[in-house]
Amino acid sequence: MNNPQLDRDGNLKHLLSIEGLPKRILNQILDTAESFVGVAEREVKKVPLLRGKTVCNLFFENSTRTRTTFEIAAKRLSADVISLNVSTSSQSKGETILDTVDNLIAMHADMFVVRHAQSGAAHLIAKHVPPHIHVVNAGDGRHSHPTQGLLDVFTIRKYKPDLHNLKIAIVGDVLHSRVARSEIHALTTLGVPEVRVIAPKTLLPTQVEKLGVHVFHDMEEGLKDVDVIMMLRLQNERMSGAMLPSSQEYFKTYGLTQEKLKLAKPDAIVMHPGPMNRGVEIDSNVADGKQSVILPQVTYGIAIRMAVMAILAGGLPAQQQSSGGSPANPGGAA
Amino acid sequence: MTENHSNSPSPQLPDAEDLLKVLAQKLEPLLQKNTALVGIHSGGVWLMQRLLALLENTISKHGIEHGTLDVSFYRDDYAQRGLKAENRPSQIPFDVENKHIILIDDVFYTGRTTRAAMNELFDYGRPASISLVALVNRDGRELPIAPQIVAADIPLDASQHLQLTKLADGTLALELTKHNSARTQEHE
Repeated sequence: MNNPQLDRDGNLKHLLSIEGLPKRILNQILDTAESFVGVAEREVKKVPLLRGKTVCNLFFENSTRTRTTFEIAAKRLSADVISLNVSTSSQSKGETILDTVDNLIAMHADMFVVRHAQSGAAHLIAKHVPPHIHVVNAGDGRHSHPTQGLLDVFTIRKYKPDLHNLKIAIVGDVLHSRVARSEIHALTTLGVPEVRVIAPKTLLPTQVEKLGVHVFHDMEEGLKDVDVIMMLRLQNERMSGAMLPSSQEYFKTYGLTQEKLKLAKPDAIVMHPGPMNRGVEIDSNVADGKQSVILPQVTYGIAIRMAVMAILAGGLPAQQQSSGGSPANPGGAA
Repeated sequence: MTENHSNSPSPQLPDAEDLLKVLAQKLEPLLQKNTALVGIHSGGVWLMQRLLALLENTISKHGIEHGTLDVSFYRDDYAQRGLKAENRPSQIPFDVENKHIILIDDVFYTGRTTRAAMNELFDYGRPASISLVALVNRDGRELPIAPQIVAADIPLDASQHLQLTKLADGTLALELTKHNSARTQEHE
């Protein structure tokens, strides 16, 4: 089967979703990110890998944190970065996505970081661009947000290095969350034995069990003995009908408080992809408490995005290489 | 990696352990109060660890610090070859500013790794000086860079690949292999 994310040698060509990526690639990204963490602690927080390359942040949907961290990551790789808020520019004048992309390619863009409200937008662009151009999905609709999933796994690995021994709970609005989907794929691929989702029925996709997760509707039950709690944002802007009585009611049942946190293991960590609704899905005491790793997640997000862009932008497109090389041994260079 | 041992009856490679002792002797006079050792992954780091043990007295007398570099992010063949699948974090746990840095590498070849290492070091600060120590110097320089101290000169042609390996018992050995035809020149 043709995987649009990998070239014929099995190397990463685009990052569109975690689904379909082999463990080898996930580990390559995570291990490379490990090397980038230290770069941010130096006098000069830059490496020269993407010198002369132009990275285009194409944000058809707003996201301050994701756009900023992608921008910082690209700049720390020495790329030139253009951030376009397309919702407020050409799109409103009727230009299609691919026309926008073609125009930027004519300006010699080398990489696109794409955020779009429509699932599949990044795939569409990846299928369209010539082989030397790379696409990173920075969130598409309800579908996928691979760099968020990767940075979450990276954060977990930092605090709980033995992934094969963890119980992890994802709590909240799984239905509207591309983050949850990416997290679940990453965690199961990397061999986490128990991934739980905790949510009311109305906020779970049908047949969520098929993703390999254990389903809980009761917070007390689901949080018992977990090592990691990943809270999700209640996505008011994506909710069409009234699926919940009120946000106060939601907080009472599914909000993470100090009392509920005590049900998890005493050294459990608390995560949130941001932006947080304090007092809706998470209590301020917990968000700012000593078990919270919410801000380290942001810091590690830069290292993950640097790793992804550095892996994508290096080397020649597979067609231009003289020898094929086997998919089992990508890159192969000593 | 080891299977090629027999098929290249090389002009007697010297014993890496003997060379290591020579290197330690030559290195010792360079060690002063303000020097720091930096090993380049992987061979250079193994060498440094052995040198730290061999020169323990001098090193503790002067309070000499050490670190490691993985130059993957500074290599000049990134555009052709991409990022190596395996790379390790560089670790420089001391202030580079005004230090006399001694870089340690296993095989000095084109000089490109040294250039990459120097570029990376300068992103940590401005050292007082940088010198280069290598176990083996082989022909093939492509940049105006040369090691100050080497334990042996071994001229080799471009089709040969010389590298340091670490054996199961922790001792070091030199290994000579033929290049795969598909591979271009090594970045050494």
